[in-house]
Amino acid sequence: MALLAQQLAYIASAVLFVWGLKRLGSPDTARSGNALSASAMLLALATTLIAGEVISWTVLLVALAIGSIAGALLARLVRMTAMPQLVAVFNGFGGGASALVAAAEFLRLEASGAQGGHPALLVTIALGILVGTVTFTGSFVAFGKLQGLLPGRPVTWPLQRVLSGLLFVSLIVLGALLAGVGAELEFVAALDGWEVLALLGLGAALLGIALVLPIGGADMPVVVSLLNSYSGLAAAAAGFAIGNPLLILAGALVGAAGLILTRIMCRSMNRSLANVAFGAFGGAGATATADDGERPVRRTTTEETALLLAYASSVVVVPGYGLAVAQAQHETRKLMDLLVERGVKVSFAIHPVAGRMPGHMNVLLAEADVPYDRLLDLDEANPEFSRTDVVVVVGANDVVNPLAREADSPISGMPILNVDEARSVVVIKRSLSPGFAGLDNPLFYLDHTLMLFSDAREAMADLAREVRELK
Amino acid sequence: MGELILGLYVFTLATLVGVELIRRVPPTLHTPLMSGANAVSGITILGAVIVVGTAEGPWVTWLGAAAVVLATVNVVGGFLVTDRMLRMFRRDSER
Repeated sequence: MALLAQQLAYIASAVLFVWGLKRLGSPDTARSGNALSASAMLLALATTLIAGEVISWTVLLVALAIGSIAGALLARLVRMTAMPQLVAVFNGFGGGASALVAAAEFLRLEASGAQGGHPALLVTIALGILVGTVTFTGSFVAFGKLQGLLPGRPVTWPLQRVLSGLLFVSLIVLGALLAGVGAELEFVAALDGWEVLALLGLGAALLGIALVLPIGGADMPVVVSLLNSYSGLAAAAAGFAIGNPLLILAGALVGAAGLILTRIMCRSMNRSLANVAFGAFGGAGATATADDGERPVRRTTTEETALLLAYASSVVVVPGYGLAVAQAQHETRKLMDLLVERGVKVSFAIHPVAGRMPGHMNVLLAEADVPYDRLLDLDEANPEFSRTDVVVVVGANDVVNPLAREADSPISGMPILNVDEARSVVVIKRSLSPGFAGLDNPLFYLDHTLMLFSDAREAMADLAREVRELK
Repeated sequence: MGELILGLYVFTLATLVGVELIRRVPPTLHTPLMSGANAVSGITILGAVIVVGTAEGPWVTWLGAAAVVLATVNVVGGFLVTDRMLRMFRRDSER
């Protein structure tokens, strides 16, 4: 009877998870959707605590308290600009927890002497450890790159793909050994279960590092989405291992969400997942600037740009990662307010892979109090440019590079924001240095492109001051 | 074996539901979606709690305790930070 009540509570929380996820899909209902998911989690946890025949409460409660306090502090104190890092860390923690649960289940089975009879169960345990640990270490490498502790450019080494492949194969072998394959062989029988377990965990930890290190900074939206998916799959695998359908359900939902985001991100760069994972794309050469000849650009000043903006009827701002780095979102919003006051139509065009995680620019601008109905996505923005007086590109480069429309360029076929269709384009940039892809950007040399060489935040603050003085 | 097959049913159907639900989420919500989903993946906390609560050896207890801490950070932090982000999203008319 108690078991029935527990299962019914689990079903109720499964319904709440699905409902919450559905409501998370629209800006009007998203907050309540998140709250629904949280209450689903609370219900599931309470049910488990009540029905779980807990015998040692002390360690459990202390661990719950430590985790809650640390989680709440991180969520409150971390700055919005550090959101990609925080999401990466949370991903890693989820994956790590799933790996530990799977490992503990293995030790429990071994202690009870029952592991021999459940090869399928042991396979799910091995998968939980493998995927969970890869998520854990991979996420921390991603964190290191996003935080600037590790080089953002792809880090490669000789035979990198071969070595990663070999590592992966040996992990499969270890997983099979754990599941009892080849138990009759002498050298296998000599191994303790926990030795195989430790090797599997260690190998998976290395694999997570080896998979993320070669991926460059601008490809981080893909990596973060993929790790998000893995953290769900690891939870699902742990669910199989301990025979809990709610873990399987919630894990699968997250796995699917991460997978969809990964696909959207890959498509927005016109690259396959394999190319992102193994291409070591970007930064191969800052040398890729083909012709060294000084091509003329038209420089401009903040005064001139302010006039251009103030007397335009429509302005579209195209933000990129540079905006986040310079923390220019608040100054940008102030400029927007001043222009709107003057009757200028201002909107923001946001490329799906702008920034370091899916939706990065949207969160940043929301923090600065830019209303989300002023934000246009790729499909909404492109028809607008031909009707736009001034486009301001701030901290973006590859996503507005017209080379993407030509054949034979590394970014060929990548959908871009066609800002060159606007009447004039102002590019705020510190120098002419190439973007992440290491490509020169023909946009900068067009007749109707003006270059404003400055730090994004300073430029926005100066522009706001100039526009204010025009009154 | 029956339990495994049932688990596969759940996994397959939940994946399909997830794909259908997420496919139409607007890009504006991609980050909160990801961090909200991420908090849900902390569901593994149930497994961690069971491990600690019923552990018999010290090894398993410590593994489980570490799992509880990690999963709780994931769950609590994930939901709170998602809420913090979503609170910032406003329409023009709401400013």
